[in-house]
Amino acid sequence: MEQVMIILIGILVSVATYLILSRNMIRIIIGTAVLSHAVNLLIMTSGGLKTGNVPLLGHGDGPFTDALPQALILTAIVISFATTAFLLVLAYRTYKTNGSDDFNELRGMSDE
Amino acid sequence: MFSSSKYSNGRRELVTVDVAIILTPFIFAALTPVLYRFISKKYIGWLVLSVSFILFLFLTTYIPRISDGEVVAFTHEWIPSLGIHFTTYLDGLSLIFSLLITGVGSLVILYSIFYLSRSEQLYHFYCYLLLFMGAMLGVVLSDNLMVLYGFWELTSVSSFLLIAYWHHRKASRAGARKSMIITVAGGISMLAGFLMLYEMSKTLSIREIIGNVEAIQEHALFVPALVLILLGAFTKSAQFPFYIWLPDAMEAPTPVSAYLHSATMVKAGIYLVARLTPVFGGEALWFWLVTGVGLFTLFWGSFNAVKQVDLKALLAFSTVSQLGLIMSLLGMGSVAVYLGNSSETIIYTQAAFAAIFHLINHSTFKGALFMMVGIIDHELGTRDIRRLGGLMSFMPLTFTIALIGSFSMAGLPPFNGFLSKEMFFAATLHIQELNIFSLDSIGFLIPIVAWIASVFTFVYCLIIVGKTFFGKVQLHLLAKHPHEAPIGMLISPYTLIVFVVGIFFFPNLLGHYILRPAMASIYPTFPTTQELTPHIHAWHGIFSPELWMTIFVIVVGILLYRLLKRWKPIYRALPQNLSLNSLFNNGISFSESFSNRVTGRYMTGNLTDYFVYIFLAFLMIVGGYFLQTDIFSWSPVDRESLEVFEIILVLIMIASSVGILFAKSRITTVFLSSVLGYSVAFFFIVFRAPDLALTQLVVESVSTVLYLICFRHLPEIRKEIQPKWIKMRNIFISLAVGATVTLVGFAALNYEKFITISYFFNDSYELAGGKNIVNTILGDFRAFDTMLEVVVLFIAGLGVYTLIKLKAKGGGTNEN
Repeated sequence: MEQVMIILIGILVSVATYLILSRNMIRIIIGTAVLSHAVNLLIMTSGGLKTGNVPLLGHGDGPFTDALPQALILTAIVISFATTAFLLVLAYRTYKTNGSDDFNELRGMSDE
Repeated sequence: MFSSSKYSNGRRELVTVDVAIILTPFIFAALTPVLYRFISKKYIGWLVLSVSFILFLFLTTYIPRISDGEVVAFTHEWIPSLGIHFTTYLDGLSLIFSLLITGVGSLVILYSIFYLSRSEQLYHFYCYLLLFMGAMLGVVLSDNLMVLYGFWELTSVSSFLLIAYWHHRKASRAGARKSMIITVAGGISMLAGFLMLYEMSKTLSIREIIGNVEAIQEHALFVPALVLILLGAFTKSAQFPFYIWLPDAMEAPTPVSAYLHSATMVKAGIYLVARLTPVFGGEALWFWLVTGVGLFTLFWGSFNAVKQVDLKALLAFSTVSQLGLIMSLLGMGSVAVYLGNSSETIIYTQAAFAAIFHLINHSTFKGALFMMVGIIDHELGTRDIRRLGGLMSFMPLTFTIALIGSFSMAGLPPFNGFLSKEMFFAATLHIQELNIFSLDSIGFLIPIVAWIASVFTFVYCLIIVGKTFFGKVQLHLLAKHPHEAPIGMLISPYTLIVFVVGIFFFPNLLGHYILRPAMASIYPTFPTTQELTPHIHAWHGIFSPELWMTIFVIVVGILLYRLLKRWKPIYRALPQNLSLNSLFNNGISFSESFSNRVTGRYMTGNLTDYFVYIFLAFLMIVGGYFLQTDIFSWSPVDRESLEVFEIILVLIMIASSVGILFAKSRITTVFLSSVLGYSVAFFFIVFRAPDLALTQLVVESVSTVLYLICFRHLPEIRKEIQPKWIKMRNIFISLAVGATVTLVGFAALNYEKFITISYFFNDSYELAGGKNIVNTILGDFRAFDTMLEVVVLFIAGLGVYTLIKLKAKGGGTNEN
């Protein structure tokens, strides 16, 4: 299971990298979202998968699945959501101001 | 180890005086701009003069004690943890330099009072001059290498300020910048050399380094330290090929040229070489570098001085040449350290003696000559020898200065330059008889080069006198009618002239009281009983070869001067663009344009390029590390089995993520991205993380909505038309990054691990009263994370709000 997950994560990272190397603003933002998915899954996988029960006391006996990575990922999800939202509005704003969503064309703007 | 008891030969109640000697100029430099408001402009120079003269008198009181072999040392702890102490060390060598600095300094200040106009910003001038004087005293009196370096750089800085004193002139600024670049570059390499010395000897005190010099001579850093320190000395003392800043520094006011660029600062390098001769002296490389560079500088400076038409530039080249002479004498004197303590060694220590002797002589006659040029400039408004001539009858007093100064520089009796020139010839003749350091093969060149250089020296000395004071006066070319200088400007050069003549007649007085203790400082390892100081004779006998060398110098020199017009065209033989100045200028402009081009190459302003750099760095550092070490290992053991629906989920994720790459429309992109996010939520369910799954579902939904809202305002994704190689590059980088992450994942998976700490959280009910372990971690155990995460959300929300509400600048519209 872990090995399959890691290969999947590798593919996600490749896709994210390719998207980030693109010129289009939205593709770059989607790339960062894909990258954060990959990282979340990597944290999950490196904590060990399905090694026990749901980490809820009173719902079955231990051993429980490692709860620490879950807490970390929960924090990471919220933060990446916040940055994604900000980036999206920034992209919107950039497009409104400069009339382009292509980074090659945005190069050399007067306020660069 | 640094206690003052080690230097207890200094009397305790007096020791603070030599600290005060260094500090006084700085204190007055700080006071000058303040006092300037209260006292009349007339008196500021006199105040500074009194400071410098009192210091000079203070130092003269040390002469009897120092000549008795006493050493005055005082250690004031500054940064004890680094071994940096403010150690003053006054011995024979330091005393000579400090007397020159304060003595010539006093005369120069006196001269400047009459030279500078009242309309100048005088307090700037005297503030810089006092700074320089203090820094120079610090250089020669410091025993600690780091303190010495600090003062050394301060001389560069104050010299920079003084050269650019008339900062409204372009040439002044250019000259100041050039001298700054060259001397500071040398200073930095000297610092590196000092640090190597520290590494070898574990002390920063020059005394202690000399004390156990045997320990460092076999060290691998010995030769690099030698070369780096010499670089510092050569740049400061304007040796070949670093002399080029000195002629340009002539844009400074003439008192500055007289003081800094003939008598004091340019001799800091000489001081350093003399001071470190006991450390490096026995080395063949030291001998050849110091002697060879010195001799070539001597020749090159005198050769180039002849072609100058500006009197100050001529004197600048002559200073370069004379400094080369002193440097080469110090190099020849270093042989004595190699030979050790034997009877014939004394012949070679005389070279060092001649160096110190000539150093004093040069300060006297060169200072007088600069002041003479200053007078001519001041009274006639020009220094160009093509416009001067026939001034002898108008300015007889100035003419006397020029005559005595030049003839002393040329090495004619009855002036002090004659004595040191004779000793120089004697030293060159002695040195070629040695058969060490491969002197037996090429040593015969030394006296020949020295002799040729002396001929040129003689020629340019004749030019100074002949072209300025003889011939026809060209009144129509002069701005003012020539007349004698005011008496105030003549006092200083005449005082120096008195020394020029006086030293010739009473050289042994100087030798006994001043030079003898300096010789003890250069050769501290020799027993004190050994008489290192020769008795100076003006007359060596009719058959002495050095006398005949001098006679031939005079004969050939006069001949060359007469035929000057015939052979002057050879200076045009060397193309102008091969001169060192244009090399320097081209080097500066080339490095500027080169760095511009390099920066322009990689700082493209293109975001993709920067991402490429970042990813390549990641690949090289992380991937390279994993390739180097064989941490990666593949073990097929799987802890958990894979079920069918999990395989389907994985396939969905792969399909949707790869699909994003090929999506033609933005709606497809958003759709596939959401599929990806929801699949991740499903995985969280599979991995028994209900809270994660919930959050992921909500966040993914909101994100999707956000994407859709934004997309309404953004254009359709255009097809990216890019060259094929960029596409290939991007594909390669993405695959490599993915592969590296996979490798890292596998390596982490199969790596030996510590056991988890999560069992601690299993007690969440007892510790925090919660049954949901993940929530207790977020809310109780690691609540700081959560708090700051909320702050992140808050800031992002504020940012979004601001971005939308912000009034658009320029052409943008404002939409809510």
